[in-house]
Amino acid sequence: MYPEDLKYSETHEWVEVENGTAKIGITFYAQEKLGDIVFVELPQVGDEFSREDVFGVVESVKAVSDLYMPVDGRVISVNEQLEETPEVLNSDPYNEGWIIEIEIKDPKQLQELKDAKEYEESLDTE
Amino acid sequence: MRYLPHTEEDRRKMMDFLEIEKVEDLFDSIPKKLRFQGKLQLPGPLAESQLRQHFNSLAKKNMPLSKSVCFLGGGAYDHYIPAAIGQLISRGEFYTAYTPYQAEVSQGTLQTIYEYQSLICLLTGMDVSNASMYDGASALAEAAWMSHQINRLTKVLLPETVHPEYRRTVHTYARAMGLEVVGIPRRGAVTNLEALQKQLDDKVACLAVQQPNFFGALEPVDRLGEMVHQTKKGLFIAVVDPLSLGLLARPADYGADIVVGEGQALGNPLSLGGPYLGFFACRERYVRKMPGRIVGATLDKEGKKGFVLTLQAREQHIRRHRATSNICSNQALNALAAAIYLCLMGKEGIKEVANHCLQKANYLKKGLQSIKGFQVLYPDPTFKEFAVKADTPWEKVQQQLLKGGFLAGPALSQYYPEKDLANAFLLAVTEQRTKEEMDALLNRLEVLS
Amino acid sequence: MKETKLIFEKSHPGRKAYSLPPLDVLAENVEDLIPPAYLSKEAPPLPELSELDVIRHFTNLSKLNHSVDTGFYPLGSCTMKYNPRINEELARLEEFLHLHPYQPQETIQGALQLMFELQQFLAEIGGVDKVTLQPAAGAHGELTGLILIRAYLEQQGNPRSKVIIPDSAHGTNPATVNMCGYELVEVKSDSRGGVDLDSLKALLDEEVAALMLTNPNTLGLYDENIDVICQLVHEAGGLLYYDGANANAIMGYSRPGDMGFDVVHFNLHKTFATPHGGGGPGAGPVGVKEKLAPFLPVPTVEFDGEKYYLRYDLPHSIGKIKSFYGNFNVLLKAYAYILTMGSEGLKKVSEDAVLNANYLMRALAEFYELPYDRNCMHEFVLSGRKQLKESGVKTLDIAKRLLDEGIHPPTVYFPLIVEEAMMVEPTETENLETLDRFISVMKKIAEEAAENPAALKEAPHHTPVRRLDEARAARQLDIAWKPANRGS
Repeated sequence: MYPEDLKYSETHEWVEVENGTAKIGITFYAQEKLGDIVFVELPQVGDEFSREDVFGVVESVKAVSDLYMPVDGRVISVNEQLEETPEVLNSDPYNEGWIIEIEIKDPKQLQELKDAKEYEESLDTE
Repeated sequence: MRYLPHTEEDRRKMMDFLEIEKVEDLFDSIPKKLRFQGKLQLPGPLAESQLRQHFNSLAKKNMPLSKSVCFLGGGAYDHYIPAAIGQLISRGEFYTAYTPYQAEVSQGTLQTIYEYQSLICLLTGMDVSNASMYDGASALAEAAWMSHQINRLTKVLLPETVHPEYRRTVHTYARAMGLEVVGIPRRGAVTNLEALQKQLDDKVACLAVQQPNFFGALEPVDRLGEMVHQTKKGLFIAVVDPLSLGLLARPADYGADIVVGEGQALGNPLSLGGPYLGFFACRERYVRKMPGRIVGATLDKEGKKGFVLTLQAREQHIRRHRATSNICSNQALNALAAAIYLCLMGKEGIKEVANHCLQKANYLKKGLQSIKGFQVLYPDPTFKEFAVKADTPWEKVQQQLLKGGFLAGPALSQYYPEKDLANAFLLAVTEQRTKEEMDALLNRLEVLS
Repeated sequence: MKETKLIFEKSHPGRKAYSLPPLDVLAENVEDLIPPAYLSKEAPPLPELSELDVIRHFTNLSKLNHSVDTGFYPLGSCTMKYNPRINEELARLEEFLHLHPYQPQETIQGALQLMFELQQFLAEIGGVDKVTLQPAAGAHGELTGLILIRAYLEQQGNPRSKVIIPDSAHGTNPATVNMCGYELVEVKSDSRGGVDLDSLKALLDEEVAALMLTNPNTLGLYDENIDVICQLVHEAGGLLYYDGANANAIMGYSRPGDMGFDVVHFNLHKTFATPHGGGGPGAGPVGVKEKLAPFLPVPTVEFDGEKYYLRYDLPHSIGKIKSFYGNFNVLLKAYAYILTMGSEGLKKVSEDAVLNANYLMRALAEFYELPYDRNCMHEFVLSGRKQLKESGVKTLDIAKRLLDEGIHPPTVYFPLIVEEAMMVEPTETENLETLDRFISVMKKIAEEAAENPAALKEAPHHTPVRRLDEARAARQLDIAWKPANRGS
């Protein structure tokens, strides 16, 4: 449920790093907690955010949750498929359900994110 | 005691179960010093027959419209209400239900709201409608707030030709919300386009235009829409009389982004100003910023069509302080009346009612031209209402008319201190007025002059 | 059960359900009166039906509703009490129903008297000095109240920037705070369900404009420290706002004004028995202490010893929050209700409401978890945590199962501070047999949850529709019927 090649934030985003860029999505835990996701509000390509900034919003039938930047970055692409089929966040949160891709500003910040094991352990105490 | 079913024995039984001596024991968490001592100073209790008598005595101090001929306008109109409406909305299944939280047992309310939303869309030409707001004025204030939530801009352009009570409501909301309301002066009966042009910049959140406006006059809405859309993000809000849409261009066709208005004319009694309903419609792309309840169609687990409250993540019970509005109800029963009205009138009826209003208002307007001492104020085209100026003081005109059983107004000077509007007032003519009544009004005015 | 067609699907070209008298003035060409640019090219494509079509359609739809008139409705926080029929009849008297808001005031003296007296009744019940009847609903009252507080503080020199609400608050409270340009601060609840005093003290500073509170709160509990809370907020220079959603519990026992509140709203559609109408219209009058009176919306209704009048010349007024004077036809029903009950009657209303709630609470605590075990007021909150943990049955399943029994479920999943919350408000107008039946049904459901949880998840079975796909509704948005061939 928590792929080992990803990094995780405390606010339940995952980060997949590749050559100075990173894809960001929400974790299995987050999508399960939200329930049926019906809408995703995406940022625009070119938007810049600092770590912990809100870059988007996910809505389910009964809940709404902000999306927080795990690290500083500039948005280089957004998953437009989510506008039509937000449900892939439920069905495939780590692949089809990626939300944005960013250019990482400060790679050092990645070290402060959790690995899969740490993240999973942190869930037990929630 | 009325409406309280318990006998003393019932109460005793329940208290025994709770192991208490007296009911007051259940109120023990109220600190002693805050316990209300003594008796609330209220009249009553009255038996039903006494209550009826009391109301009859109050009723005698009111003059209902049946005892007068009503040419009063100003945002509330004496249109005919078909009998079927009162009969249907009096069904307890409609009026003693609450907000349809449990969809499985609220399909009646939900489907009627869906149909209401659809009817408002058909009427205005807009893509989406909510389940209704408190009234036209508060709907306009919410539309200004919605504009701000869409474009994050704060400048609200509000022509002085918009209903003064609506403007005052927008000001009250805007002041708290941190929006800046800029009044746009009028030229005669319509918005001054040059003055508007000067205010058009990239800070404009929205321009709200009333069609027909408070003076009953038709605004150049095509042009006004184009003008506000020349700003970077400014939205065009149209405030419309729903019945006028039997004849007048639909707001969607002249570029409105948000359409609001007072729905009273659609089958709701005047009732001294409320309850009415504010309708609220917009373009589909803004639906997630819309305030209020929205009903959507879906399927149940067996594939049968049904209706639910939808897009609730916009609303206060989920989004809390970031909700699109704090509203948590709609004027469901008034919206139901409006929906039934539109269904009864249908495609032909709405056109015919609008035409009757137009033709009759035109008859009275023309008739006034030959009455000395009164002038129809503006040359602009009007629908069912227009402004008239008297040479004699308004108070005298009003009193004289009242003696003859006529209601006219409201007076314009209470809202517009300008000299040209001293002793000016509005006359509204609905399909209910007859030629005979209008001739009688003209005679009365003739005598007055 | 057969599917109910949309009214649009019943339309048939040429059918009519209206009649107008012949036009008795000479009809002119519409284009001669209004330039074509202002006119629509075609009439709005409204459905065409016979009167019977319309009557039958809406009558059949009405039968798909649960309502107070048809069954028990213990929906917490909503006070679904009986709506007296006499009030409906009085409200339809033409001398009240057919009055234009701009009629000369001498022709509406009876209506103005009614409003003036209702202002006084509400002031007396709430322990406040002056009342406006203008707000159209509870949330509208909240908005009015906070705008009043802002206006008052501005006049004092500083509107301040924050408003505190408890974590158990209804969603309208935080939403109102935001609409009024205030920053929201949440104060925690303590283990007895009241405001946590230490947390409150830590939050109070010179930026706090107000504390908004419901008392009894959304847990149905009266805050025992209310006087201390009010004192603390006042000492910090803030004001107190009373959300009147739960006033049905305290009439004649405790007045918000006496507790220390400065601004109070009343929900006439809850406490004062006006019908909910399927979600409205309601009425949310606001009462204030003297110092806030100059800021009330215009007009206020006044009496000069001879006649009643609408007063507009209030220089400090916040202005208007809607057109005209409030939901008059709703106000009238509340006025009638107060006269019917009188002082003793209203007190008895609160007593029976509280008695009914405690009776249910103690009986149901045997089967469901009771997170705050103390006397409740007019409502109480249970948790379905036990059922969820032991058999995977959610509170939602319990709610849906109740529908099959012809009972409207309690308010569920609120307040947010209780997991799997079920908020039950029986009201005073339900008899003992109804309460006992509710207990036995809830007991049966608890047993079913333990024995056959799978069946509960399928509920309801006997409602007009079964569980609806809410995700589909939001994803494939269909919120208005459109004609198939509609040109653009």
